[in-house]
Amino acid sequence: MPSKLSVNIGRLRIENPVMVCSGTFGYAEEFRGLTDIKKLGAIVTKTITLRARAGNPMPRTCETPAGMLNSIGLENPGIDKFIKEKIPVLEKSGVPIIVSIASDQDIDEFPALAKKLNKINAVGAIELNISCPNVKHAHKVSGGGRLIAQDAQATSDIVRSVRKATRKPLITKLSPNVTDITEIAMAAEEAGSDAVALVNTLIGMSIDVVARRPKIAQGLAGLSGPAIRPVAVRMVWEVYQKIKIPIIGMGGIMDTESALEFFIAGSSAISVGTANFINPRAATEIISGIEKYLRSNKIDSIKELTGSLKCRS
Amino acid sequence: MGTEIYQERPKITGKKYFGQDYFNLSLYCPTISRKAKPGQFVEVKVSSADDPLLRRPLGIHSVKGNSFHILCEIVGRGTELLSGKQPGGYLDIIGPLGNGFNFRHPASGIRHPVIVAGGMGVAPLVFLAEKLKETKNSKSKMPISVLIGARTKKQVLCEKEFKALGCDVKIATDDGSAGFKGRVTDLLKYLLRAAILKPQAIYGCGPKPMLKELAVICKKYRVPAQVSLEAHMSCGFGACLGCAVKTISGFQRVCKEGPVFNAQDIIWQEDAV
Ligand SMILES: Cc1cc2nc3c(=O)[nH]c(=O)nc-3n(C[C@H](O)[C@H](O)[C@H](O)COP(=O)(O)OP(=O)(O)OC[C@H]3O[C@@H](n4cnc5c(N)ncnc54)[C@H](O)[C@@H]3O)c2cc1C
Ligand SMILES: Cc1cc2nc3c(=O)[nH]c(=O)nc-3n(C[C@H](O)[C@H](O)[C@H](O)COP(=O)(O)O)c2cc1C
Ligand code: FES
Repeated sequence: MPSKLSVNIGRLRIENPVMVCSGTFGYAEEFRGLTDIKKLGAIVTKTITLRARAGNPMPRTCETPAGMLNSIGLENPGIDKFIKEKIPVLEKSGVPIIVSIASDQDIDEFPALAKKLNKINAVGAIELNISCPNVKHAHKVSGGGRLIAQDAQATSDIVRSVRKATRKPLITKLSPNVTDITEIAMAAEEAGSDAVALVNTLIGMSIDVVARRPKIAQGLAGLSGPAIRPVAVRMVWEVYQKIKIPIIGMGGIMDTESALEFFIAGSSAISVGTANFINPRAATEIISGIEKYLRSNKIDSIKELTGSLKCRS
Repeated sequence: MGTEIYQERPKITGKKYFGQDYFNLSLYCPTISRKAKPGQFVEVKVSSADDPLLRRPLGIHSVKGNSFHILCEIVGRGTELLSGKQPGGYLDIIGPLGNGFNFRHPASGIRHPVIVAGGMGVAPLVFLAEKLKETKNSKSKMPISVLIGARTKKQVLCEKEFKALGCDVKIATDDGSAGFKGRVTDLLKYLLRAAILKPQAIYGCGPKPMLKELAVICKKYRVPAQVSLEAHMSCGFGACLGCAVKTISGFQRVCKEGPVFNAQDIIWQEDAV
């Protein structure tokens, strides 16, 4: 009997629909003792690139009203070291691992990274981070300073190239920094993505008025946390009208209630990000909260909740 | 494997103000109190609302049995909110975090440790003095020396606490309203040059420019120095990579590999501001 909470992301079945976002859960070891990692539906790793990256200069983060800005710059040990040192630790959790990947120089790095992950059983799916706002020369398409996720054609090309390189389920992570996110979501679906994840951070800026300098060394940075939740919920709702593949919803989820908003708007699963920093137990508390909600509303499966929004008009 | 970290809701069992801007909270918290090492810190949720969002890092100031203290300066919205908490209430905290000072001499205890505090950097150093007193070479007649630097006499903190531990305390103030007139690092330089202090280990905590200067002095006098750094922290336990500092072995997380580093391992000139 399928459990009330289990959902499928392509061929990947997860026991419950609550994951943790890329870049907000370290490599899971940091949360040992702070939360029951085994209970998570899946863990999405920090984005990994082909070569090691030292990341951006400091300061890299600052607090904003009900949110935070970050410009970490994809600091990571590079794929080979990641596979050697971090996968064994992640594997021990027994939870499906979703590896987030990105190119930082050449877009051909996407399929190359995917190929390196093919042989690793613990890797349940691959997430394509085509929406990181914090890497200077990465993902620039059409000769201009645009993210891949800001261009439907480029999104399609990347998804297609990775689709050819791997049979693992593919999740395409979308940027909210676009005019029409549904266009990009449809391009990803059409090119063979098994799911879309939205949203990555909103590009923002915060200024120290005494020094008249940006509070983040790089100037621009990615906004996350409760401040972005209404934007993210809106985008999930828009995308839900246009595609059939599952949506993994994220952006400012702090607790059960905010997670439920995303399901009702059209998410099949949700992901907890910034909240992990403030309440390391947020994701596991949300799992129990969702169970309770389903029980008290006599809903048999979380799938019934997805897209169950009642419109007012 | 690894040191344990707890998320707890300890009861606030006491509160004391020092002037208008500083306060001390005592928290009944057996887990963290028993595991804590000097130099470690806790991440405190100052409000149950979503704003301000992030926890605030605060050093473990002193440990007595199952309780520990934090000493906090009110500098902004978060610390202001924290100052509104009253005894009898509870606080949501995560800790103990970070690596802490290495205060044990391999063989016989350190004969003459010197502590250098700048501004609020004094907060975690009282706990260090407590531990140094326990582990210091018992045959050594040299005291634990403590140099406290502050802007004016009003900002000199913890003098009594160090003296109660038997430390030899020297003060430096920018305006000369108490003790030596000048920076605490200038006082240290003078005491080393005059061979009044002959430390085997120096421990520092304070603003970055002061720690940088401390590193230069300690290099010159060939004294090993450990310094506790500050950084803006979004998580405090190694998950966000927001608190990096450049060291001779690459970027390290101030919250996890630090906040205490060997002064000579930090690449100071790389640091903006
Ligand atoms: C490891 C460590 C230990 C610390 N120990 C103590 C202590 O024992 N006593 C004490 O009074 N202070 C200590 N501080 C500094 C303390 O964390 C800040 O003063 C506090 O976060 C300011 O919050 P605020 O909301 O009042 O100020 P705001 O300026 O309004 O804060 C805005 C944001 O900036 C961050 N921030 C501001 N100042 C600092 C700072 N100096 N260091 C790090 N983040 C900062 C805040 O956390 C917050 O996210 C420590 C800092 C670190 C990193
Ligand atoms: C400190 C930090 C680092 C992040 N790093 C990554 C990353 O490496 N790759 C990625 O796809 N998203 C990254 N993100 C974005 C999150 O995965 C998530 O999409 C976003 O923060 C919105 O969710 P939230 O508001 O719940 O945090 C990062 C976010 C934060 C706050
Ligand atoms: S504060 Fe998050 S890694 Fe150090």
